[in-house]
Amino acid sequence: MDKPKIATTSLAGCFGCHMSLIDIDDRILKLIQLVDFHKSPIDDIKKFSERCLVGLIEGGCCNEENVKVLKQFRKNCDILISVGDCAIMGGLPAMRNGIPLNECLEEAYLKGPSVYNPSNKIPNDPELPLILDRVYACDEVVKIDFKIAGCPPPADTLWTAMVALLNGKPLELAYEMIKYD
Amino acid sequence: MATKNALKRIAIEPVTRIEGHGKVTLMIDDEGHVVQARMHVVEFRGFERFAQGRPYWEMPVLVQRLCGICPVSHHLAAAKAVDCIVGGENLTPTAEKMRRLMHYGQTFQSHALHFFHLVSPDLLFGFGADPAIRNVIGVAIKFPDLAVQGVMMRKYGQEIIKATAGKKIHGTGAIPGGINKNLSIEERDVFLKDIDQMVNWAVSALKIAKDYTSEHLKDLASFGSFPSNHLSLLRQDGALDLYHGNLCAIDADGKKILDQVNYNKYLDYISEEVRPWSYMKFPFIKSIGPEKGWYRVGPLARINNCKFIDTPIADKELKEFKALGNGKPINITMAYHWARMIELVHAAEKIKALLNDPDLQGENLVVKGKRRSEGVGLIEAPRGTLFHHYRVNENDQIVMANLIVSTTHNNEPMNRAVQKVAEEYLDGKEITEGLLNHIEVAIRAYDPCLSCATHAMGRMPLIVELMDTSGNLIDRKVRD
Repeated sequence: MDKPKIATTSLAGCFGCHMSLIDIDDRILKLIQLVDFHKSPIDDIKKFSERCLVGLIEGGCCNEENVKVLKQFRKNCDILISVGDCAIMGGLPAMRNGIPLNECLEEAYLKGPSVYNPSNKIPNDPELPLILDRVYACDEVVKIDFKIAGCPPPADTLWTAMVALLNGKPLELAYEMIKYD
Repeated sequence: MATKNALKRIAIEPVTRIEGHGKVTLMIDDEGHVVQARMHVVEFRGFERFAQGRPYWEMPVLVQRLCGICPVSHHLAAAKAVDCIVGGENLTPTAEKMRRLMHYGQTFQSHALHFFHLVSPDLLFGFGADPAIRNVIGVAIKFPDLAVQGVMMRKYGQEIIKATAGKKIHGTGAIPGGINKNLSIEERDVFLKDIDQMVNWAVSALKIAKDYTSEHLKDLASFGSFPSNHLSLLRQDGALDLYHGNLCAIDADGKKILDQVNYNKYLDYISEEVRPWSYMKFPFIKSIGPEKGWYRVGPLARINNCKFIDTPIADKELKEFKALGNGKPINITMAYHWARMIELVHAAEKIKALLNDPDLQGENLVVKGKRRSEGVGLIEAPRGTLFHHYRVNENDQIVMANLIVSTTHNNEPMNRAVQKVAEEYLDGKEITEGLLNHIEVAIRAYDPCLSCATHAMGRMPLIVELMDTSGNLIDRKVRD
């Protein structure tokens, strides 16, 4: 029987949740016996070619590209999980939500003390995806089945959640494994 | 215009196994010459603006959320800047050594992660190997012992971070003017037990990178390579120092451009050019100007810049590395991996020396002095020199935050590397797997963290599109 497939992505996150997944350390060798990693930043698979059982989403949506990728994940994964505070509620990047986007761009590309910008233009090339008016949590864009909180969720929490899910067991996390910092 | 019509556009996205969001586009003329190569960084966060109004003491905890791959670097650079604000930049020995231990733990885990998880598949299987096996999982299956070493080295570094910062990712150890805990004897003894193993494994990882580079020197010498300036912090006596020092820069032949400059005055020396096609800026040394003042940072720049290393094994390895250049800087892009592994050994040796230092059990953790309204903090992060600069008002709120992040300094060099490789491997008008692979390998040498660079993070994809200037698609290739 084929092993179930997992896909992962980092949208507007910091990659800390992926790092926390790697912090399961040598258990990663067990994990790859239970599942195959499909599309993920840790390998070279760049496009969905098979249906995945689980999609792990880190980060919220701050540009149109994030939205596109998130919708692809919803389409190709049976179970979609928001991992970490950014995916669940926008997280630190959502600190810009109370501020007009233009002010953020002007600060970075026009006003900063080390900026050299003779044309006085903010980056606007068609190659750059459009930035959204604010940062959106994943469940504002697609249906999300589960959420694992934390910044990042501890490695043990991610491991326990994966094992429970793959064995079809209910997820029972001890109090100290759910961190909200 | 005939020439204009002959131009074609190739887009490559996403580039994987690097750390950040971005894509590559190439413009070619009808003879297949690459007339333009651009690596676009497509993420934008706006940290400089939304930090405004926050209290300064939040910065060390806030900024690390820009990047979960080397959060400790941001944590410490911000802490160093905030030290200046509270007048506490002359830390107690316990505080400085705890922070150094945290930083060397970070360097150790980050370099191990990059080498074993991201780069070793290219070196062990070859640049052109099947993508289905050319990844860390392929390494785990084919070379299980090596994979276990990589995992255990990263774990060791992460445990050091946890013991010094409280948490493996996004910790809280450094506070304005010091640190919030020391290292207990029990904690110390756990690390002492395994440190010799870590030094030995680091030396054998170094050997893999060194042997690989030496054996393939003929091909690697030109691969994505070009002469450049090199910038890093150095200790006053010219030693490699990853935690603190003065700004130093040399040109491609080793001539000094910046010699032990106080980094508080970085604005006199460094500027960042904005270009419309990328959210990542292009830093340059002001005295030379934007055209020629760009430089490389990170392991290669540090190893080229430093006169010696104050730990014995790494210093011996440094001499061997430097012999390759006959006293001149090494400008080979792929030499980054070798340089990075010398630093891996150095970090392990430093951790060992610190663990044996009784100052880590000291009780004097915080100092404060005359308050200032401005602070600058620089550190040598795993990927290169990291700048944090804050100004605060009388209510302790941030009014200006400026960050120049390691990967940003390497922006121009990465673009040059892509152009060089594309010229060499683009075969006519067809996009080959070989081209995609080689471009990724060249970018990966810089261990870029595009997340940090735009104060954003993620992964870089790989789709290549060949288009004419009217936007008609001629060829398209997606790697599955």
